[in-house]
Amino acid sequence: MIHPIPPGTRDVLPDEMRELRALSARLREMFEQAGYGEVRTPALEYEDVLSRGDDRAASAPYRLFDEHGRVLVLRSDMTIPIARLVASRYPDAEPPLRFSYFQHAYRAPERGRTSTEFLQGGIELIGAPGSAGDAEVLALVAQGLEAIGLRRYRIGVGDGSLYRTLLAELQVPEAERDPLLRLLSERRFVELESRVARLNLDADVSATLAELPRVRGGPEVLERGSGPAAAAVAGLRELHAELEGHAIADRVIFDLGLVRELDYYTGAVFEVYDPAVGFALGGGGRYDGLLARFGRDLPACGLALDLQAVHTAQAEEERLG
Amino acid sequence: MKETGSVPLLTIAVPRGNLFGETLDLLESIGIDTAEVRANDRKLLFEDAGIVTMRPSDVPTYVEHGAADIGIVGKDVLAEQVDRDVYELLDLGYGACRMVVAAREGDDTLAESLRRLGRARVATKYPRTAAEYFARTGRHAEIVEVKGSVELAPLTGMVDAIVDLSDTGTTLRENRLVELEEIFTSTARLIANPVAHKLKAAAIDDIVARLGESR
Repeated sequence: MIHPIPPGTRDVLPDEMRELRALSARLREMFEQAGYGEVRTPALEYEDVLSRGDDRAASAPYRLFDEHGRVLVLRSDMTIPIARLVASRYPDAEPPLRFSYFQHAYRAPERGRTSTEFLQGGIELIGAPGSAGDAEVLALVAQGLEAIGLRRYRIGVGDGSLYRTLLAELQVPEAERDPLLRLLSERRFVELESRVARLNLDADVSATLAELPRVRGGPEVLERGSGPAAAAVAGLRELHAELEGHAIADRVIFDLGLVRELDYYTGAVFEVYDPAVGFALGGGGRYDGLLARFGRDLPACGLALDLQAVHTAQAEEERLG
Repeated sequence: MKETGSVPLLTIAVPRGNLFGETLDLLESIGIDTAEVRANDRKLLFEDAGIVTMRPSDVPTYVEHGAADIGIVGKDVLAEQVDRDVYELLDLGYGACRMVVAAREGDDTLAESLRRLGRARVATKYPRTAAEYFARTGRHAEIVEVKGSVELAPLTGMVDAIVDLSDTGTTLRENRLVELEEIFTSTARLIANPVAHKLKAAAIDDIVARLGESR
């Protein structure tokens, strides 16, 4: 008899489980050694609590009512629950605070993803501002990926507010900004360019809007950001200097077009890539405004890995020998 | 990409459909040897040239999964598979055809159905494009998906209109159908896998520049 399970979920059997466990154990060990103690939070949270963090959290695909009629949702990421946890459980603790987690998150199937339940392993660094904090997070993730045997991975680094800032600085009409940001986040460069062209801006302004988000590569791309993009790119230059200190600068691809879909990112944003997997293994960034929404105004930065995707990359490394 | 005596830097997904010939001409014009592809109707994987061939609607799938780094595909296919996680990098300009709404010549069933029944029945091979277009224009449509010749659907009275690609309009005319509205013009697009777009940035930028010049 075959009994169905919901689409996007699956069973994990012993062979895979053993490998996933070993992979998680190795990462957990690295994170713990670096002072990132593991936390666990409930899979179900109150909708009105999560939606403080981000409206998208309120549109979580799985929701139900408790016995009092309050709306419960299955968490769609771990960053917002940890922001809640910090505000509630560490109201007076001296920052910085460091946490790691290995838990499932739940999302509706979306662009390129069919899983609705996926296992995330990640870290959050609360109360360490700026590039130094960003670099600490990236260095630890890099160390973890190397510890589990990934040799070909790269980390894409961009600035989540760069394009929005650019649109404002170049005085693109207000009503045009969201549609253009959306085309960028959907990676539709052809429409982005034609929409920019229809705005009849100065030729060099149009060229900047069309070309800058296509720029990615080594630290040399940070020379490209002048004028309106200068502030965001200056932040990335600072981060590059920090990454050189951690000796992982050669793992990083600077990407001036990198955007993450969640609204709470305020600065640097990250994505992890490996040639064995067609989509990012994980991502994160800096979210300096999120904790304040829960009543503890602290800068923060984090990164989560999709452990099943990381496992796929690890298996491919082993196959290549 | 043809590199003397080495494996190609990029794997390119090429559609075996209306765009096939012009796509091979374009790749040839930027120095990729397509002779073997032209000579083999059945073979699908051409490792020396870095080309994989497939039915057009599969191109976004192979590129999204990273089995091909880049691909060439009509905007009509991309519009229908709008949630594919791929970069759309370049409008290659060729393979132009139009996505249109068409109905039987000489009667007005589309407007009549909308007026009297509050909805239109529309047959198409592009259900998402059709549904999105009718929703965007404030009309309620019941989409009937067909796999074969869509022109048959209004002739048998199954539907009030069709949404389909039209090149010269000959097929429509032969079936006594008339074009009512144009939804968009489709041309060939260059798409890229998001991870390849980062990890093979130099090779992709290079091919984008060369394809851009030879447009």
